[in-house]
Amino acid sequence: MSGVRVLVGTKKGAFILTADGKRQNWEVSGPHFAGWEMYHLKGSPVDPNRIYASQSSGWFGQIIQHSNDGGKTWAPPGTNPGELTGPDGMPKGESNKFVYEGEVGTHKWYDGTQHPWEFKRIWHLEPSLTDPDTVYAGAEDAALFKTVNGGKTWQELPGLRGTKGALWQPGAGGMAVHTIIQDPKNAKRIFVAISAAGAFRTDDGGKTWRPINKGLKSNYELPDPDAEVGHCVHRIAMHPSRPEVLFMQKHWDVMRSDNAGELWHEVSDNLPSDFGFPIDVHAHEPNTIYVVPIKSDSEHYPPDGKLRVFRSRTGGNEWEALTKGLPQKDCYVNVLRDAMAVDSLDKCGIYFGTTGGQVYMSADSGDSWNPIVRDLPAVLSVEVQTLP
Amino acid sequence: MIRVVLPFHLRTLARVDGEVQLETDHPVTLGSVLDALEARYPVLRGTIRDHGTLKRRPFIRFFACEQDLSHEPLDTALPEAVLTGEEPFLVVGAMAGG
Repeated sequence: MSGVRVLVGTKKGAFILTADGKRQNWEVSGPHFAGWEMYHLKGSPVDPNRIYASQSSGWFGQIIQHSNDGGKTWAPPGTNPGELTGPDGMPKGESNKFVYEGEVGTHKWYDGTQHPWEFKRIWHLEPSLTDPDTVYAGAEDAALFKTVNGGKTWQELPGLRGTKGALWQPGAGGMAVHTIIQDPKNAKRIFVAISAAGAFRTDDGGKTWRPINKGLKSNYELPDPDAEVGHCVHRIAMHPSRPEVLFMQKHWDVMRSDNAGELWHEVSDNLPSDFGFPIDVHAHEPNTIYVVPIKSDSEHYPPDGKLRVFRSRTGGNEWEALTKGLPQKDCYVNVLRDAMAVDSLDKCGIYFGTTGGQVYMSADSGDSWNPIVRDLPAVLSVEVQTLP
Repeated sequence: MIRVVLPFHLRTLARVDGEVQLETDHPVTLGSVLDALEARYPVLRGTIRDHGTLKRRPFIRFFACEQDLSHEPLDTALPEAVLTGEEPFLVVGAMAGG
């Protein structure tokens, strides 16, 4: 019988939630890497038992972990004797070595001066659609790294930072590549999003990039609201059957592009607030999208204390509130950008985690919701694997 | 034999219980102990000091014999009591809440 595995990253460890296809009875495993910030975990689409995880701490920096058995056991890639050896015969232990290519360069700092790029952590891991050993990693300070050997070593794709990187500036949450989307119909095309620089696209496998921010307006955040870079893109989502159509939750505004980011138009319409972080697309209905409105950039919680997911079945503009099973009073949690995901079972499941430690799921495309767990540490990321 | 005490999270990462015991070449310095530690436990590379620059991470401290060696250069000789194994070399996660 088919099932689902939910990979949850939190401020204090990772949790793995599993259920069969009915999605009623859940087993909770964890905390894995207890006490560490787990920004993101994601499985390989071609080998679901291969899972990569980003583990970090303010004290000890970045660690990359991987599992080959669906999250039962973990190890940092390349640290077992004999796996990867240097001249002295010892393992190199380079799976956490993220070094910017060439002259490191500078970006804009809060005070308007230029500031050198400094690696802080990996926000997002995106395994290749075709090779379990190839993974893209989105870093803070914003850069894109790639491994082709299962995470043992990483190399930057420096063309991204060459795309007006000197003008990028961190927002309050830092400056990170947080969204990486591979085009399933064009292996050379990748989309990334960076707070606070904008959205970017490569059409040559990551060598060269260009900003794709036309149509975005940042009236209160940028002196030039139509600037080519500098927009605070919070998340982008795509349905694999229609890779030219992108949906975006920006700092303010929910946006849509029908031409792979060449031009964006706003689809916020009747949302109670168009500020928010995550956005996702139904697994079987490419025009059905989900957002979680947040009151404002100054008040990161749902409007009126009501936790509501909003669904549009028309690709934006006509939004309905989904509330059944979600708290409708005194709720002041946030849902972070990487903390929403969908499964691909016949009745599409929608999942999201909150900064209050709840992971909610809907087994009926959002009509009704139930908490899988209620009291985890603050949830940073949620990914779902649909298992055969 | 040098005795090294690691903070909880690094013991977990290196999969060790209690103290680590290391053999190092003479002279025994701050740097040679860290080199030996990372050679034995490659997973610790980058967690105590930066991969490239070998600079100590900001919230890591080095203590021995009630001395703070955190700001000393890597070629600093360790105290005699550490060399004899009488006292351990401490790698400490600095107090920082959250």
